[in-house]
Amino acid sequence: MDYSLGDLGSIFVMQAFSGLILFSIFVLMALGLAIIFGQMGVINMAHGEFMILGAYMTYLTSLVFQAYLPSLYPIYFFVAMAVAFLASGALGLFVEWSLIRFLYKRPLDTLLATWGLSLILQQSYRSIFGAREVGVDLPQWMMGSLPVTGSIEVQINGLFVMGLTIVITLAVYLLLYRSAWGKQVRAVMQNRVMAGAVGINTEKTDRYTFGLGCGIAGIAGSAFTMIGSTGPTSGQLYIVDTFLVVVFGGAQSLFGVIASAFTISQTQSTLEFFLSGSMAKVLTLLGVVIILMIRPQGLFTIKVRR
Amino acid sequence: MSSNDDHPNGRSVSRRKALQVLSALPAATLLPSVGMFAGSAFAETPATSAVNTTGLAVTDTDVTVGILHSITGTMAISETGSVEAEKLAIDQINAAGGVLGRKIKYVQEDGASDWPTFAEKAKKLLVNDKCAAVMGCWTSASRKAVLPVFEQYNGILYYPTFYEGLEQSKNVIYTGQEATQQIIAGLDWVNKTKGAKSFYLIGSDYIWPRTSNKIARKHIENHLQGKVVGEEYFPLGHTQFNSVINKIKLTRPDVIYAIVVGGSNVAFYKQLKAAGINLSKQTLLTISVTEDEILGIGGENIAGAFACMKYFQSLDNPNNQKFVAAFKKAYGEKAVIGDVTQAAYLGPWLWKLSVEKAGSFDVDKVVAASPGIEFKDAPEGYVRIHPNHHLWSRTRVGKAQVNGQFEVVYETPDLVEPNPFPKGYQ
Repeated sequence: MDYSLGDLGSIFVMQAFSGLILFSIFVLMALGLAIIFGQMGVINMAHGEFMILGAYMTYLTSLVFQAYLPSLYPIYFFVAMAVAFLASGALGLFVEWSLIRFLYKRPLDTLLATWGLSLILQQSYRSIFGAREVGVDLPQWMMGSLPVTGSIEVQINGLFVMGLTIVITLAVYLLLYRSAWGKQVRAVMQNRVMAGAVGINTEKTDRYTFGLGCGIAGIAGSAFTMIGSTGPTSGQLYIVDTFLVVVFGGAQSLFGVIASAFTISQTQSTLEFFLSGSMAKVLTLLGVVIILMIRPQGLFTIKVRR
Repeated sequence: MSSNDDHPNGRSVSRRKALQVLSALPAATLLPSVGMFAGSAFAETPATSAVNTTGLAVTDTDVTVGILHSITGTMAISETGSVEAEKLAIDQINAAGGVLGRKIKYVQEDGASDWPTFAEKAKKLLVNDKCAAVMGCWTSASRKAVLPVFEQYNGILYYPTFYEGLEQSKNVIYTGQEATQQIIAGLDWVNKTKGAKSFYLIGSDYIWPRTSNKIARKHIENHLQGKVVGEEYFPLGHTQFNSVINKIKLTRPDVIYAIVVGGSNVAFYKQLKAAGINLSKQTLLTISVTEDEILGIGGENIAGAFACMKYFQSLDNPNNQKFVAAFKKAYGEKAVIGDVTQAAYLGPWLWKLSVEKAGSFDVDKVVAASPGIEFKDAPEGYVRIHPNHHLWSRTRVGKAQVNGQFEVVYETPDLVEPNPFPKGYQ
């Protein structure tokens, strides 16, 4: 095969761009879990199902807008993301109150409990929405791509995901590291007894932290209706990558999540281009395993006295 | 379509089957007299002792069959349609008087998308429920799991999915197409009408896409003198296709040949569309997207792509119009019918016809009677069971529409012979 230099150049640009999209997707997937697993230490196997709840909420919102507010349809997606955040967040609060709070001292049991929860949620989605996947319609402006030059095209939904990721990441950063509430959250995680002793309501903090993580998962799920499927078991498609990013990054560090998402996405995207899809995945996982053998705590950790 | 000349099927197989038919004949001719001695209550209903000599669940008034699909777990997405179609066929057969004067009752078991569960439930259906026949399975993995059970307990399975071939069992009737039936006609068509010479093969990473692409590659290279410019597999559930889409853009194949399944399917087509690949300009041929999958993908994301299989809901013939109307009456106006759903619908009917020809529910006699069974009312049109237990059927190419349906653009003039062990393609 002979390619012209221009072709190669534009493929290079587009390949870089698809790496960035994958990076944004990974960050978006992992942010919610970084809070739940990273900050709280809860191994939430039902994280994917919280995402899919967000996706189903987007589906329902699009149906409502189509039926009652067709004139506002082009902007329904923003409303849908808010609905997804509230629905997943509310379910998160309920789950924390009814299940998780009894298991904080038994982290390995949360693994089993949340895995069971994920099965329950999957079957509920199947009973409510049907076993088949649902198709989520997008407003016209969010589909297709922007031609930059003749051979370079930029995907609109990719740009959208990137923008969304930046906004959510900033919001999470401000909440956790620049707000009074965030200070409480970090205090509770570092030393629960002391935090309680200085007057922080640790139970309430736990509940809202878990709710926030689930709510962000809902937004991610909502955004992923643009690029993936919405079915009862679609959440399973994301859960492995999500844990991979969080564990590799160093569970307690927001910056670590971003760095790890960047490393994994660029590796995978580049390898996929030069090798085949399955092979890229194998090599990426192999790399992660080796690095975790050398650095079991992940790429970045905060220094704590143990 | 020249595949009939290209792959002569194993003559020895058909000869063996013919012998089985012959050996079954004396028994069959004896049956009516036995029935008269037994003193049946209904004039045309043969006595149970005559039509059931092997202890199946057959009474004077009804006969039990099994339905074995996943209604929970990952595969429920795909198998729901099959269950619906099989129940519809059973209801229709009962409304028309049943089989040998007996109403069909069914026992439904859930394979739960788990292959050992399939095997266990298959054993339950055969050993405890004594089902006269079982309609079921969807994935090849589930079929492979139940196969030894059906062979050990001598049951009969009607398997509806198009699959990779390379299998033939006395105890299975394959009502979907095997790979060569589905693939070769489509490749010939795209070569002839689009002048396609270069192909990019892409699939999910498991046996069906890999075997199918192997057949496609051989056909492209050896028979069409074309070129495969890329062949890629992605893990099941993969959701990121941007890199391969860039590669496709770089290699500019005449045809993207896609066998992506499950949740990946949705991601693949949405991302193709987002990347600005216009399927009305770039030819894409798939064998893994039916009307069922389009529900999840969204018609606007796949409009213009071509699918190659034996049945589309939009087929314009009286049988199919009746079938679609009945299906929608039973399962709602929005119900869609994909290739596999239709193939699942054939199962109970083919079984009924075979039982009536055999004059018995005994599995050996039904199996012996199966080759040559013709079903003229099939929604896809006429089908006939080949001695290798697959169906003669036409292959069609459909163009995906925005409304989620296919417009049929090509149909093989003749029935395509099933050839599960294609020579020169392995």
